[in-house]
Amino acid sequence: MIPSKPQLSKTRTVSSFVPATARQRSAGWVKQYGGILTGLLVLVALFWRLSPNFMVVGNLLNIVLQVSITAILAFGMTYVLLLGEIDLSVGAAVALVGTVAALGLQHGLWLGIVIPLALLAGLALGAINGMLSSLLGIPSFIVTLATMGIFRGLAYIVSGGVPITVDNEHFVALANGSVLSAPVPIWILLALLLGNQFILSKTVFGRKVYLAGGNREAALYSGVNVPGLKIIIFMLSGLMAGISGVLMTARLYSAQPNAGMGYELDAIAAAALGGTSLSGGYGTVTGTLVGALIIGVINNGMNLLSVPYFYQLIVKGIVILAAVCIDVQSKKSRS
Amino acid sequence: MDKSFGPVEALKDVSLTVREGRVHTLLGENGAGKSTLMKILAGVHAPTRGSIFLHGAETVFASPGDARRKGISIVYQELSLANNLTVAENIYANHQPHRFGIVNRRQLMLETRKLLRDLDIPIEGEAPVSSLSMAQRQLAEIAKALSHPSRIIIMDEPTSSLSHGEVHILFGVIERLKAQGKAVIYISHRMDEIMRISDEISVMRDGRLLCTLQKQDTTIDELIALMVGREMRDIYPPRRASPSREGTPLLEVRHLSSPGQFQGVDFSVRRGEVLGVFGLIGSGRTEVMKALFGLRLATGEILIDGKPVQLRSPADAIAHDMAYVTENRKEEGLVLQHSVTRNINMVYFHHGGARFGLVDAGAEARMAHDALDRMNIKIVSPEQAVGDLSGGNQQKIVFSKWMGLKPRIFILDEPTRGIDVSARYEIYSVIRELAAAGTAVILVSSDLPEVLSMSDRLLVMRERRIVKQLDTVGLSQEEVMSYATGVPSA
Repeated sequence: MIPSKPQLSKTRTVSSFVPATARQRSAGWVKQYGGILTGLLVLVALFWRLSPNFMVVGNLLNIVLQVSITAILAFGMTYVLLLGEIDLSVGAAVALVGTVAALGLQHGLWLGIVIPLALLAGLALGAINGMLSSLLGIPSFIVTLATMGIFRGLAYIVSGGVPITVDNEHFVALANGSVLSAPVPIWILLALLLGNQFILSKTVFGRKVYLAGGNREAALYSGVNVPGLKIIIFMLSGLMAGISGVLMTARLYSAQPNAGMGYELDAIAAAALGGTSLSGGYGTVTGTLVGALIIGVINNGMNLLSVPYFYQLIVKGIVILAAVCIDVQSKKSRS
Repeated sequence: MDKSFGPVEALKDVSLTVREGRVHTLLGENGAGKSTLMKILAGVHAPTRGSIFLHGAETVFASPGDARRKGISIVYQELSLANNLTVAENIYANHQPHRFGIVNRRQLMLETRKLLRDLDIPIEGEAPVSSLSMAQRQLAEIAKALSHPSRIIIMDEPTSSLSHGEVHILFGVIERLKAQGKAVIYISHRMDEIMRISDEISVMRDGRLLCTLQKQDTTIDELIALMVGREMRDIYPPRRASPSREGTPLLEVRHLSSPGQFQGVDFSVRRGEVLGVFGLIGSGRTEVMKALFGLRLATGEILIDGKPVQLRSPADAIAHDMAYVTENRKEEGLVLQHSVTRNINMVYFHHGGARFGLVDAGAEARMAHDALDRMNIKIVSPEQAVGDLSGGNQQKIVFSKWMGLKPRIFILDEPTRGIDVSARYEIYSVIRELAAAGTAVILVSSDLPEVLSMSDRLLVMRERRIVKQLDTVGLSQEEVMSYATGVPSA
């Protein structure tokens, strides 16, 4: 219908559009990370009060060092979860890639070949997961449940079931050395955080991940190659597992076929704690890192307080439930 | 009766009387308060103030289950069927005939068959819901609501996914309910239907019930003016002269076929032309459009500017300046939890909107700003989630995400489904503007007055083929229906 007034009043639209100011942006930041950051700070304050050994530079660096391997795995998991998929094979991939790297070093291969080789192995394992799921249309839960067993089995076979020791001092320095008085893995973690955060928030690729994870059909209709995207996502997860595998082997001075057992669950927990939606479309690697730190702080704090391990498991479970509960509730009240 | 949600007053002093054996239509734009009123009647919300009287006795509906026990059934606009179950299992979802918790399947089937027969709904009780068309699902949804003994039946836009023939079935059902002395509350945006089926019509605007009129005392024009609150001239913007039929068509389709989907489809569209495609549900309309957009495999030839092209994926189609507004905006068009800005840029950010693989936030903000302004989209903030917007505003965002690419061929599949009359008019105006700027528009719709008023030419599809191409000037609805159904008009 044509309104009696000649122009549809444009004042009813929000046409007074202004780009987000710094204050609005920081408000958005608080909204996104406020809950989990508060959770982390509360835990830190709690352990600071309870244990004199907690708030010490050495201990804090130790926490970050301890979480670096799961956090890197969790970065990969974040991509996978953002697409609404899951990767259960990353823990086993850590062991398999570590074994490959250690064998390469044992055969006297140069470091400049072993590390790219290990990362390529990670990419290849991820590509297998992605292609099985994407091209054959098998849910990723099933695919990676199966490859979790296959990768673990291969790690045992290739290593002969025993740890392979590594004595290359440059290689072990990757995990045990320091740069600017901080352990090397912390720098690697930081670089991967910035890199992944950049990819997800600034690149077309990252945006496609959020789009396809938010609504697969809408992405398809917008011209996104969703099956191809899924393969790349799993390769990224494999690559992160590869990096973790190298760091783990360097840290332990050996590759162990049972390394990384259950790490996939820690990675999923870290991402979920950090606000990544398990149904896709929502989450950031920054959130995931905070999630990983929460788990690390709980582990470390309870160790300092000499809480028995069995109780630690229960406390960790309760904290995860509580954190996710609070997150779900606050998101519900917002909408 | 009042209803407030926090500081928002959704309903203000509404009084509504519904009588047995009558169809009472509620009319109003999106956001006028119809759905809130219905949810109070269905026991989903409680009124902040005011009371409900049933057969003269004051009643409180504690919950949806309570309202249902007291004889109120509601057919929601959004379907609530489980696709993995059969029609029968869905209809009796929460009251399956059972003994000691074990479902009596034979009894279930018998009751379903009887119910569907009584209602004259042509669906099999054994059929899985996933095998039904949208229209059949809507009819199953109605059967589900009527499987409870009810005295008042509320239908919230039951025809938004139905085509002409199925609307007829639905109206048969409503007539039967009336004859049984039941009261029907009917919500719809389709004026012609409202005039056909209603006894009383109540108009709502801005949370108030303006008036209740007898159907015979009013006209479509009066109702629209009441509903919108300003004088309206027409539902459709004025027609323009059809473009010239000379020269090479922009898009030409030859012998397009897809086994089991459609057969031997031939047509062409010119620059500045609006080509209507009409057919009953299941006639293959949407399948043809999906094949055109590279989403379905099909044999045959597609020519753009007279040159054959291969459209194997939506990316190919987009590269050939095509755009596709799909039938279901929530499922295929939008990411509901993402922001307005993101949704408007859904296609642009990876088709021309990026440099060196990086998203250009400034360009995206400008794009969103332009679209909001141009399409008259009403929002609180560009960072708001689109899921919170009304259907009309959501649909305008679906349009916007394609407009930024300046497509030359625009496929619109049911572009005004479930949208109020103001937003419709604006979308129709956009279609006219697009055509005036030389875009070829393919308008697929099951709303016959809409395709007749908006298109220059009309394709009629039946049983997965194009059965007729017609000029829309002077064309009657009856003639189109006779081709669409294969039954010669009387």
